[in-house]
Amino acid sequence: MENSFLDVIPRVPVSEWISATVDWLTNNLAWLFGAIQDAGDWLMDTMTDLLLLIPDFVFIIIMVALAFFAAKKKFGLPIFTLVGLLYIQNQGLWESLMYTFTLVIVASLVSIIIGVPAGILMAKSKIANTILSPILDFMQTMPAFVYLIPAVAFFGIGMVPGVFSAVIFALPPTVRFTNLGIRQVSEEMVEAADSFGSTGSQKLFKVELPLAKATMMAGINQTVLLALSMVVIASMIGAPGLGEEVISALQRAQVGPGFVSGLSLVVLAIILDRIMQGFNKR
Amino acid sequence: MGTKVEVQNLVKIFGKKEQQALELLHQGKGKAEILQKTGATVGVNQASFEIQEGEIFVIMGLSGSGKSTLVRMLNRLIEPSEGNVLIDGDNISKMEKEELRKVRREKVSMVFQNFGLFPHRTILENTEYGLEVQGVDKEERQKKAEKALDNAGLLPYKDQLPSQLSGGMQQRVGLARALANDPEILLMDEAFSALDPLIRRDMQDELLDMQETMRKTIIFITHDLNESLRIGDRIAIMKDGEVVQVGTGEEILTNPANDYVERFVEDVDRSKVLTAENIMVRPQTVRLGQSGPRVALNRMRTESLSSLLVVGENQKLLGYVVADDAARLVKENVTSLESIIRTDIPKVDRHTLINELYGIIHEATTPVAVVNENDRLLGIVVRGLVIGALAKEEEEEATNGE
Repeated sequence: MENSFLDVIPRVPVSEWISATVDWLTNNLAWLFGAIQDAGDWLMDTMTDLLLLIPDFVFIIIMVALAFFAAKKKFGLPIFTLVGLLYIQNQGLWESLMYTFTLVIVASLVSIIIGVPAGILMAKSKIANTILSPILDFMQTMPAFVYLIPAVAFFGIGMVPGVFSAVIFALPPTVRFTNLGIRQVSEEMVEAADSFGSTGSQKLFKVELPLAKATMMAGINQTVLLALSMVVIASMIGAPGLGEEVISALQRAQVGPGFVSGLSLVVLAIILDRIMQGFNKR
Repeated sequence: MGTKVEVQNLVKIFGKKEQQALELLHQGKGKAEILQKTGATVGVNQASFEIQEGEIFVIMGLSGSGKSTLVRMLNRLIEPSEGNVLIDGDNISKMEKEELRKVRREKVSMVFQNFGLFPHRTILENTEYGLEVQGVDKEERQKKAEKALDNAGLLPYKDQLPSQLSGGMQQRVGLARALANDPEILLMDEAFSALDPLIRRDMQDELLDMQETMRKTIIFITHDLNESLRIGDRIAIMKDGEVVQVGTGEEILTNPANDYVERFVEDVDRSKVLTAENIMVRPQTVRLGQSGPRVALNRMRTESLSSLLVVGENQKLLGYVVADDAARLVKENVTSLESIIRTDIPKVDRHTLINELYGIIHEATTPVAVVNENDRLLGIVVRGLVIGALAKEEEEEATNGE
C-alpha cells in the first residue's frame, strides 16, 4: 500500500480550504459573531440567574405539577421527578442543573425556530427538499465533536458556542419530522382544503400543520434530547452545567463524581422526555 | 334553465411524456397503444358533454374509468392536460389562481368518498370551513353553519369530532359542509359508496328530497348502476377515460350506444336488476347476551311482531326467536335466549335478484335475512316488499308498452 499508483494525484488540500473558509468567516464576520456572542451570553446568563432566583423547592414543585398533568394524573412520573430533582439538589448540583437547563431550552428553541420553517419549506418545495436533505444527512453523520472546532473559532468559549454546536447537532429531527408530518397528511384532506378555495397559508395553518402536529412533536422531542446530549459535550469548550462536572471528573479520573453528575443528566433527560411525550399525547 | 357546465374535449394524461401522448391521442391512437409507446396513461380521453342547471348528472363507470379524474378537473383539483371546462361560460381551465379560488369558494363545493372531514375540527368547525377561508366573520359563519347542520338534523352533534360519528352521519356533515356556503354546483365523488346499503339508500332519498327544494346542479360520481338510475336525471357512462354515452336512464337502458353499455345494462329489465339490497328494510333485532326473553317479548308486543331476529357480536345473525317460546322462557324464569333461537331462517346476499327472492320468500315462514359474507345482518326482506316491487314493475311495463 505504500506506493500506490494513485499517489500521482497530489493531495487535495480539503482541510486547508475549510480552514481558510472558517478563518475568512472569523475575520470578516467578527463583528456579527461578537454581537451574537455578547447578546447570547447576556441572555443566557440572565435566564440562568432568573432560574436561580426561584427557590429550589418552588422549582421542584412546579416540575412535579407539570409531570402530574403530563402523566394524566398518574403518580409514577411525578414521584420520579420529585425524587430525581431532590437527588440533584442533594448532591449540590443545583446551579449546574440550571445552567444545563438554560442551554437545553435555548438550543431547543433556536432549533425549533429554524427547524419548523425549514421542514415546511422542504415539504412544499421539491428544490428545497433536494438541497436540504443531504445537508441534514451531513449534520447528522458528522461526529458531533467536530462542530466544537468552528464553534470555538467563531464564538470563543462559553455558552454561545455550546448552543451553536448543539443547534447544529439537534436541528435535523425537527426539520425531518415536520417535513414528514406535512407529507403524511392524506390526499383527501388536502383536496378538501383546496376544494373550498383555501389559500396556501390557510391550508397550511388550518389543515396541514394541525394534522402534522403529533409527528412534529415527536421530532421536537428528539431535538430536545439531542440538544441535552450535545450541551454535555459542549462542556469541553467551556459550556457550564452538569457536563462540566462530568468533564472535570473525567480529567481527574474520579469515578464517583463522574457518575453522580452523569446520573443527574439521566434524570433530567427522562423528566424532559416524559413530560413532553405526556403533553403530546393529550 | 340553461347550460351550467360545459366540458369540451377534456383530456388528462398522467406521466412524463405528456406532449407526445397528446399528439398520439390526436392521431386517434387508443389508450393501450399510447401507454405502450410513451409510458403515459390516458386518464380522461377527450370528454365532452353539457350539464344543465338544476339537474343531477351522474358520471358512472367502473374503477379506473377516469370518472374521479374527470370530476376533479371540473374544479381543477387536477390540472387538465387539454380542453376546457366552462362554468356559466367562464373557462375554469384557463383561470388565474385568484379567480379559480373565488369559484371554488362561491360556486362549486365538493363531497368526498371518505367524507374528507378534518379530524381535528369539530362538526361545527368543519361545516364552517368554507366560510372561514372566505373570511366571513365568526358570528355569521357559525350561524350559517348551524343552519346547514340543522337542515341535516345534526345540530346536536356540532361540538363532537368527526370520529365520534357514524359513517352515515359523517357524510351528512360532509354534505352540510358543502352546502354551507350555498354553492350553485355540487360535486359528489362516490359520496355514498363507503356507506352501508341501507344508510346509502337513506342518503340517496335525502339527496333527492333536498334537490326538490334546493335545485342545485349536482354532478354525482358512482360505479353503481342502481344508484345512477335511482338519482340521475341524466347519466354519462365512462369507459377507459372516454365518455361512451350520455342520456337519461331510460335512454341508456333502451338504447345502449355500444356493446360496452349494453353489457353494463344487460339485465336491466328492472325486475332482474332490483336486488335484495334495493328493497330490504331495517330489521328489528335483539342482541344475544344483552337482552333476555322479557325484553324480546316486550319488543315484539310494542312493534306488533311475532318474531325477532337475534344477532351476536358485529351484527352477526344467529337466528330468530318467536313470541311463544319467549313467553315460555319468561314463565320458566330463564334469562338467556340461547335455548330458543331458531335457525331455519332463509339467508340471501344483497345481490340476490328479486325474482329469485320471490321463490324463496314464497316458501318461508319468516322474513328473509340479507347478510354479507361474514353473516353480518344487513336488512330483511318481507313478503309484501317483494310483491310490491314486482307489481310496480309490471305496471311500468304496461305503461311503457302502450
